[in-house]
Formats: sequence, structure tokens, C-alpha cells
Amino acid sequence: MKSQMAATQSTAHAGHPAEYRRVYVWEFPVRAYHWINAVCMVGLCGTGYLIGAPIRVTTAPEAWQLYWFGSVRFVHFLCAFVYFFNFLVRIYWGFAGNQYASWKNFFPFTAAQRKEFVDVIKTDVLQVKLHGSLSLGHNSVASLVYLMTFVAFAVQSITGFALYSSMSASWFPHLFHWIVPLMGGEMNVRYVHHLVLWFFVAFIIVHVYLSFYHDYLEGRGTISSIVGGWKFEREKQ
Amino acid sequence: MGNASQSIWGSMQSKGYSRRDFLQFCAVAATMAGLGREGVGEVVSAFDRKAKPPVVWMHFQECTCCSESFLRASHPIVADVLLDVLSLNYTETLQAASGFQAEKCLTDTIQNNKGKYIVLVEGAVPLHDDGVYCMIGGRTAESILHEVAKDAAAVIAWGSCASNGCVQAAKPNPTGATPIQKLVDVPVINVPGCPPIADVMMAVVTHLVVLGQIPSLDDQGRPKEFYSRRVHDTCYRRANYDAGLFVESFDDENARKGYCLYKVGCKGPVTYNACSVVKWNEGTSYPIQSGHGCIGCSEAGFWDKGPFYQHLPSFPGFGIESTADTVGAAVGLVTLAGVAAHAVMTNVRKKKIISEVHEDDQPEV
Repeated sequence: MKSQMAATQSTAHAGHPAEYRRVYVWEFPVRAYHWINAVCMVGLCGTGYLIGAPIRVTTAPEAWQLYWFGSVRFVHFLCAFVYFFNFLVRIYWGFAGNQYASWKNFFPFTAAQRKEFVDVIKTDVLQVKLHGSLSLGHNSVASLVYLMTFVAFAVQSITGFALYSSMSASWFPHLFHWIVPLMGGEMNVRYVHHLVLWFFVAFIIVHVYLSFYHDYLEGRGTISSIVGGWKFEREKQ
Repeated sequence: MGNASQSIWGSMQSKGYSRRDFLQFCAVAATMAGLGREGVGEVVSAFDRKAKPPVVWMHFQECTCCSESFLRASHPIVADVLLDVLSLNYTETLQAASGFQAEKCLTDTIQNNKGKYIVLVEGAVPLHDDGVYCMIGGRTAESILHEVAKDAAAVIAWGSCASNGCVQAAKPNPTGATPIQKLVDVPVINVPGCPPIADVMMAVVTHLVVLGQIPSLDDQGRPKEFYSRRVHDTCYRRANYDAGLFVESFDDENARKGYCLYKVGCKGPVTYNACSVVKWNEGTSYPIQSGHGCIGCSEAGFWDKGPFYQHLPSFPGFGIESTADTVGAAVGLVTLAGVAAHAVMTNVRKKKIISEVHEDDQPEV
């Protein structure tokens, strides 16, 4: 489609630059959510891995001199609380925000979205198609992946706070304790909590790469959009 | 083994104990039941009048380590509890009777004390192949359990076998070993551990006898008094964990210094038990104090969460030594490789796009 357009343009509008419209896609709460979440997620993955495989201290001979592993765990718990409540704010914004923030985006199962899904797989994943559809918000493949991350969020929150509840006198983590008997003890809970860590590691790699990829290939300001909120859409001619 | 209708005080008198001995015993029992000083009077009046509760102790698929542990209780001493407080009417391991005589003791106790007797169960019950893997007197463990538990005042599931299946329920669980709470309708007190701590067993029995009610249980049916904290929470090596001082192998300098055993597989952080408080053998020691990590023997399915010497369980299908981290790292590497390949393809495609649309993207000259 675009190649045809380019062909006609080269004869009819030779010499005119392409025109782009600026669209405010990511509102402030979405951007704030994204960056708070990014910091927390990296913090949680890093400290979480360390909790599973701690680095042994060699500088002190006696326990009272240090609180290194305790601090690692503290950072993990701190990030976890911020991450959890940040996520709640995002859920709220899924109902209060603009069309690109809406919760409906994350269930991409309409006929049009399913068509787009195939298109995105062909264009962006397999790269057998030169040009595909360019959605302004999330495309449907991204939406489905985000839905998976939300499920992983929920799993990590429930299992994480359930594990935390035995060392907390506060009522809040105890809201999640029901998962322990349900999963047959804390060994299983900890195992699942640890396994899902790797889902997030894989997600971070793919997410960061694809953000750069879209900017690199489409030139619509994908990377800067999560800072300033604007994306660019080519004017229909 | 004693007249079931006689009161505890009556039975002690007939054995020649003085009132002073009796009061001392009541004080110990009150302490074990968690009543404290104020509760002693209550216990004395209960034991003055209360008939000795008849008890049947069933042995199914087990190794008798629970009985062995129980015999080593130090407070109150076993003889006191077994012979003076309880009326132990049936137990395969200790009873003098055998054959039909023994079975008669069991049926008599059940029929004459409906709703009053206590059932202690050691071992899991196999369900596969109609339960043929554990038969006593020609009957399956399952049918015996149903008969015995039906009119019981309470059922105590001794040890991990009765509480959650333990080793015989480990994958692939060939005999279909099933924990007691899944088979009976009456309330079950789970006292897991392989074996449970002797003094914990004694305290649970004492609580039941003294107060005549089931102790407060957590969501896995375990008495909160003993199973509400992790071994880790009260471990004397905990400070080393928080500091980051870990044993890396059992023969290193750190092991000698008594650092935390987390990195050599200690399951203390996921195990609920009273080992680090009550300890074993009259409070002498417990596994971690002896230099070996906790294997989590009181947690459900601990046999399938091995190996014992790494903290994370191995990941099925990727070899014995592989953990979630091995698999996770592989997933991460594959992702990186995929991303790198994709980036190469992207640059090829970008060249095509640039050559194709460059005319209309150029500014006016």
C-alpha cells in the first residue's frame, strides 16, 4: 500500500516532504506508571535473583558487623510494595484514561484485532512483509503480551506477599496467605515465585528491543513517546 | 491397660502416687497445654474427676519413627502420659495382646466409648489396588481407618505420613498413599515432621486431654502453638543469613564458623516447625545446630522438592542438577539470540524501506 503511495507521490507530488500529525498517546499517569514499574521490575528481578542465589560476604567475620543480605531483601520488599500499588493505579487509569490507556486494549480478541495480530506477526516478528498496519497505541501482539505480564504481575504479587506474610505483623500481606495451603506449602509458592522471575527477564529483553525496533524502522517517535507522550502519525494523503 | 472409667487421680492413687506427686504432674500438664500458673487449678479439678480418655494408636504405612520419637519425650515423661493419663487400649507396636485378642481390644474400645475416644494415626493409607498394600488382620488400612475414625472425639495425624503422605506419597506414589485428613470427616490435628518432635507430640496430646478440646489450628490443620513460625525465624544462625555470611560447602571454613546453611540447601526459610525452639532429645540439639541444613521434613511433599543440598528444587526434564535458574538462564540466552537475529533482519528490511520511499521523505531542494 505504502509502496504504491510512494510511486504515485513521486509523480504527482514530487519534491514534497511527508507530513506527520502529532498525537498525544501516553498520558502522564501511563508514563509515570511505566517508569516506576521499570525501576521496580529491574530492582525486583535483581534482588530476587540474589535472594535465590546470594553472594557470600567475605569482608566480615561476624554477623553483627553487617546487614548485607537483609538489605537486599529490604530493597526487594520495598520495590514490591511500590510495584503493587503502582499497578493498582494503572488499573484505575485503565478506566479513567484515554483510548490508548483503556483496559479494553489488553483483551485484543475482536475480529479486527485478530486480523492485526496476524499482520503484526508477519511484518514485525517474521519480517516477511515489508509494510504492515501501524497502530498508534499498542498493537494486538503487544497487547496480548501485556495481558500475560499482568497475569504474571498477579501471580508474583499473590505468591510474593504470601511468602512475606509469615514475617509481617501487618494485615495486608496476610490477605494473600490463602495461596500457601492451596499450593501445598511454601516450598511450592517460592518455586513458582522464582520461576516467574525468568518470565520478566525474557520480557524485559524483548520489550526493550522491540521499542527500539519500532522507532528504528517506523520513525514515529516510539522511544521518545514514553518520555513526552507524543507519537506521530502520517497524514492520510 | 487400665480401667477406662477410672479418673486420672484415682488411677494414680491406686499406683501409690501421693497427692503432691499428682499436683506436680498437673502443673507440668498445665504448662504443656499452655495454661500457665492460673490454669493449674483447672487441670487439678479436671484430672480429679475426668475419666482417663481411651486412646487407640493406629499404625498404617509408616516406619514407626513417630512412636520412637514419642518414647523420647522428656516432659512429661512417657510413662506418666501413657500409663496414668491415657488409657492406651490399642497400639500394634507396644501392646501385649496379639491376634484376635488385640483386635477385640480395638472393637471394644470403639463400641464402648463412642464419641469419647481419641485416635492417633501413624502412617499414610494406600488406596491403589483396593488398598492391598497395607492390611492388618485381613482388612485394608482404609476400612480400618473409616471404622475407627467414625465415632472418634478427635483424630491426631502423627508425622508427615499421616499429615501429607511423606516418602511413600513421593512421585510416582506407587501405592496411592493418602494423608488421613483426606479420608475422614472428623476433625484431624496434623502434627507433621519425620518424625515430629517428641515434646510437641506430648504437648498436643496433653492439650487434648487437659482442655478436652482441639488446639487452635492453622490453615493446614497444624497446631498454631508449634507450627506458626518457620524454623528460620527462630534459628540461632539467622543473624548470619541477614549479614550474608553463608556456608558454601560442608568442609569450608564458614561451616566451621557456623554460618548460615541457606546456600547448601537449608529449607528452614520455608519450613514451619518448632525445631529451633523446642529442639530434640531433651533440648540437646536440632539439625541446623548439628551443622546440617533443614530438609523441610514437616512440609508437604518435601521428598519431591529435592535435592536436599540446593535451596531450589530441580526442574523436571532438564537433569538432576538443573534448577529454575538453569532453565531461566537458557530462556534468557535464547531470547537474546532471537533478538540479535531479528536485529540483523531488521537492518536488511530497513534498507529496502529507505530505497523505496526515500523520494517523498526528502525535503524540498
